[in-house]
Amino acid sequence: MIVNTEIKKSFLASAWFMFLTFPIMVIKVNTVSDTIEWRWMNMVGVGVGAFFLSMLWRYLLVKKEMGGKKEKTDKPSLLQTVLGQRRFAIPALVILGIFTLVFPHLFSMYQTNIMISALIYVMLGLGLNIVVGLAGLLDLGYVAFFAVGAYSYALLNLHFGMTFWVGLPLGGLLAGCFGLILGYPVLRLRGDYLAIVTLGFGEIIRLVLENWNEFSYGPSGIANIPKPSLFGLDLSLDHKTIYLFYILVALVIFTIFVINRLQDSRIGRAWIALKDDEIACQAMGIDKAKTKLRAFALGATWAGMGGVIFAAKTTFINPASFTIWESVIILCTVVLGGMGSISGVIAGALLLILLPEYLRDFGEFRMITFGTVLVLMMVFRPGGIVENVRKTYTFKR
Amino acid sequence: MKPILEVNNLTMDFGGLRAIDHLNISINKGEIAALIGPNGAGKTTFFNCITGIYTPTGGDICISPDGGTKERINGLKPNVVTRKGLARTFQNIRLFNSMTVLENVMIGCHPVTKSGVLGAIFRTRATQAEEKLIVERSYAILEKIGLEMYVNELAVNLPYGAQRRLEIARAMATDPFLLLLDEPAAGMNPQETLELDELIIKLRDEDKVSILLIEHDMKLVMSLSDNIHVVDYGKKIAEGGPEEIRNNPLVIKAYLGEEIDA
Ligand SMILES: Nc1ncnc2c1ncn2[C@@H]1O[C@H](COP(=O)(O)OP(=O)(O)OP(=O)(O)O)[C@@H](O)[C@H]1O
Ligand SMILES: [Mg+2]
Repeated sequence: MIVNTEIKKSFLASAWFMFLTFPIMVIKVNTVSDTIEWRWMNMVGVGVGAFFLSMLWRYLLVKKEMGGKKEKTDKPSLLQTVLGQRRFAIPALVILGIFTLVFPHLFSMYQTNIMISALIYVMLGLGLNIVVGLAGLLDLGYVAFFAVGAYSYALLNLHFGMTFWVGLPLGGLLAGCFGLILGYPVLRLRGDYLAIVTLGFGEIIRLVLENWNEFSYGPSGIANIPKPSLFGLDLSLDHKTIYLFYILVALVIFTIFVINRLQDSRIGRAWIALKDDEIACQAMGIDKAKTKLRAFALGATWAGMGGVIFAAKTTFINPASFTIWESVIILCTVVLGGMGSISGVIAGALLLILLPEYLRDFGEFRMITFGTVLVLMMVFRPGGIVENVRKTYTFKR
Repeated sequence: MKPILEVNNLTMDFGGLRAIDHLNISINKGEIAALIGPNGAGKTTFFNCITGIYTPTGGDICISPDGGTKERINGLKPNVVTRKGLARTFQNIRLFNSMTVLENVMIGCHPVTKSGVLGAIFRTRATQAEEKLIVERSYAILEKIGLEMYVNELAVNLPYGAQRRLEIARAMATDPFLLLLDEPAAGMNPQETLELDELIIKLRDEDKVSILLIEHDMKLVMSLSDNIHVVDYGKKIAEGGPEEIRNNPLVIKAYLGEEIDA
């Protein structure tokens, strides 16, 4: 009975699709010979495809309803249980470590460069994870802080010859200050309102960079930004890239370390409380304003450091690198990976950045795939790839 | 005896609606007081006013935790009010659902601890010691409230009665001198209500905390309260011990046939 209605619904869906795609998929006007070609086979293809996809969708929905009865569980997934045990986790970490160390020697420079971009996104994702995943503040202008970091290093280097190692903390600091500046006026906003204002802020920063020629050199951007140097040694381009890769690995480890410590600290718990229930959070004596500003500033600091590295990696920056699209991708890595979960965000960032690189052949279908995957994730696994599992405490009494 | 909470002529308007109308209430140290009244009388609004969620339109709210100097707390932010020693629970349960039971109580320890971002990153001695203290203190509170079997359970997964008690545990962690309970027995079965009765007395006797509760369960109110305040349409219509209130014609009228018997 249920199956019958499901089939009927899928059938309707497929009929709709055939109707909608009829003009573009079936009719083809040959302008040279002024004839119309009717490609009926395409219609059959669309119909059958839509029917099966719709059935699959319905099947997954039903399955989710069945499984959803149990409500939220805090049972870790199989992968998490395995990795939670020392005798598996330590060898896994060692293998991962060795792989990372030999990566630039094993693969080409092209691959290493892709990996560097991916790791920058890992850093950005982990930073945004503080704001969105932990504190629950939907920030769509995150790329602005990334831009602040990148331009800080580029400009300070251009005018004052500042080196990478000074630029890195300074870029982070400046971006952190911008985080405070943005955070202050939006303290009262929540959810979608906050998203819209931060989105506007991101665009403002980009437009300023684009139009203020005397300051930021406008759309033509800034070139010849130096890569980090190693004790003043004269490195070849390849070696500089490898060196940057290692710096980035170290920074990612540092980021993981910091966030791991923060999330189970007094401050981290306050963030999560704020995300769960703002009123109850205040009633527990937590200063809402301070807690939000802290999250904004820390998240922005990481974006700033990511920006400095980005500038050093590409050696050229212009406003086109800092569009809303970047904010959206970073947000997707957090949401897709699993809000608040460190390993989830890392997995999300690597997937979202590496897959499109290697799937370049798909061309225009990349974006469609991207969107579809996100929608599917939201419906069937809203917790993300790796769901955040809270720390447990043991008491022997 | 000097009151620890003194509310004078408190008024709260929502547009044209006067939810609280020149209300006077004072609570003494070590007292269990009840605030009762029909639905929509303004009881929750009263809590929201004194805990800083709403800024009252008029009147004074004064506290003196040790019975000494009075301090006016009108219009202070909720978190500041909590730090001053007023803790509350919510009528519509507001737990931190993505956190465990223990963590919910640990959040309550926020006002009595102080480590910050740098302490957390470098995991300094002081932070470690404080963290240990928070965990132990929270666990002790859970034991007292009888929720220790749920420590690592997510708060959402608790049965209803346990969620209500977790709200109390969380409020107690802020180390209050006055505990404000908004319908703590709502949705509880008779057995759970009985346990709640014992718990409230235990908190008063062992933790030296005074209690003001809003409650519709008259049996619980009558058995617990030293003093009962009755409000209707935001105005106080009666005050006194359980016996007095039970026989007060005004109260009976306000409840319009709702029987007040214990
Ligand atoms: N934020 C608000 N805005 C407008 N009106 C409000 C607001 N909060 C409460 N009210 C109104 O104030 C009155 C008192 O509400 P309140 O929630 O305090 O009642 P209550 O005594 O707690 O009732 P109950 O026993 O049902 O919990 C009601 O008429 C309510 O509609
Ligand atoms: Mg109420």
